[in-house]
Amino acid sequence: MTEDHIDGNAAGGALRDIFTVDLTAAVGRCSSCSQSLALAEARLYTQAPGLVARCPGCEEVVFRLVRGPGRAWLDMRGVTCVQFELPTGS
Amino acid sequence: MARATVLGRLTWRVATVAAVRDETQNARTIVLDLPDWPGHLAGQHVDVRLTAPDGYSTERSYSIASAPEGNRLELTVDLLPDGEVSPYLARVLSAGDPLEIRGPIGGWFVWRPERPEPVQLIAGGSGVVPLMAMIRTREAGGARAPFRLLYSTRGPEAAFYRDELRRSSENGSGLSVTYAYTREVPQDWERPPGRVDAGLLAQAAWAPEREPISFVCGPTGFVENVADLLVSAGHDPARIRTERFGPSGGQP
Amino acid sequence: MGVIGTVSPGFFGRRRAKAPDLPPGQYLTEDFPVLSAGPTPRISTEAWSFGITTETGEVRRWNWAEFNALAMERPTVDLHCVTKWSKLGTTWEGVPLETLLAGVETSAEYAVAESYGGYTTNLPLEDLLDGKAWIAVRYDGEPITPAHGGPARLLVPHLYFWKSAKWVRGIRLLNDDEPGFWESVGYHNYGDPWREQRYWGD
Repeated sequence: MTEDHIDGNAAGGALRDIFTVDLTAAVGRCSSCSQSLALAEARLYTQAPGLVARCPGCEEVVFRLVRGPGRAWLDMRGVTCVQFELPTGS
Repeated sequence: MARATVLGRLTWRVATVAAVRDETQNARTIVLDLPDWPGHLAGQHVDVRLTAPDGYSTERSYSIASAPEGNRLELTVDLLPDGEVSPYLARVLSAGDPLEIRGPIGGWFVWRPERPEPVQLIAGGSGVVPLMAMIRTREAGGARAPFRLLYSTRGPEAAFYRDELRRSSENGSGLSVTYAYTREVPQDWERPPGRVDAGLLAQAAWAPEREPISFVCGPTGFVENVADLLVSAGHDPARIRTERFGPSGGQP
Repeated sequence: MGVIGTVSPGFFGRRRAKAPDLPPGQYLTEDFPVLSAGPTPRISTEAWSFGITTETGEVRRWNWAEFNALAMERPTVDLHCVTKWSKLGTTWEGVPLETLLAGVETSAEYAVAESYGGYTTNLPLEDLLDGKAWIAVRYDGEPITPAHGGPARLLVPHLYFWKSAKWVRGIRLLNDDEPGFWESVGYHNYGDPWREQRYWGD
């Protein structure tokens, strides 16, 4: 394995399977190092039982997403206060 | 321009392959028909899901190459020799076949035609695909923002969209294209083969004083090198958007 | 298992075989896939140590030389990953957990394996005993590579392979169970592949 992570952007589809808004452009703060980041900028590890996104600054886990048949689990304890843009008219 | 902020979750839908065409020896563009496609923004991607007869299935993300245009969508897929999905897409998939798609996805690595500032596109290899969607969207919508593309490939034969890029850069619409070859260069080429460096950026890219927005897409090492060079040259990190591509999948 | 989508004509995926003696839902693989939830820690054997911490906070610790002086076993075991690949007949060399726990006074019922890089996984203490688990330092006759969890990884082959923590640095013994990295986000707390305990409630 030469490159073991990709951009958080690649989690966009799995997140849009759950949320009605795009989360990749959402901006949050890493609970560990307080760096502000768009979720698209997180380092995403996909060769794992679930998706693991880590802070590009401190490498702590920002969020984890696991999909099972008919169920999903999302743990976002690594990010505080996510801000997202809402569709026009909201 | 179609609205891309769709309300509702994204679920899988079945597209039909309308056509396929070779871009290089190893890359192929897949033209898809998608009824009720909501439109997309330049730079967005879709997830593709393949399912074997025994139920085994796997997903990958691919950038959209085309400008928004009705129910048509184009992806360009580069064949990875050890890949599981790209050999199927680049070699097996044929016109008339179904293909499961989820998208459009992403709101970060996108360019909106109403933005007036100059745009610097920097591509490594197949990282040119989402940048091509930006070039095509600009041309289709008559947008005014001047564009520069710096495109790094192994050699001339490995470059995608070569003829189209030549036409678009020669029609006076404000697109300039600079190639950087890492392995083989054409005869009488002004630069020896090599990586994108500070000198080439200074020569080919917008000066930081023009306050361009930069989109950099390619393999991880390429993207990190270029982003560092841009910041060192004085570009505002907040105006540099990057997308590293790599194998995605491993999802159940 | 998962929802079956539209079949892709002519797509068969990576070569894989169903074998009659595999746990339900598993496929046979010949290679050794590398799964990682984060950057791969590179731990030199000089910097490495392994500790067992009891529920009262007492710690028993071994450095690399001390650890390698312990009697090793050479188990040959089958691996079952929750992402559905199984690999049969893998050979490891390591110290059985019983050896390490022999001098440790505890009445704890639960254990958490902790790794360099922050990964954790939990399991009942009894699943580490009776010749069911090892701290392995060699795979297939060679030192375990960093990608596969070296210098040392936990090996608990009777549970799904995420329990076999890579880059293990210690075991914490607990009176109360404490879900680990994957167990806290949907994966089964115990993870018996023969009962297909993949997710919560399976």
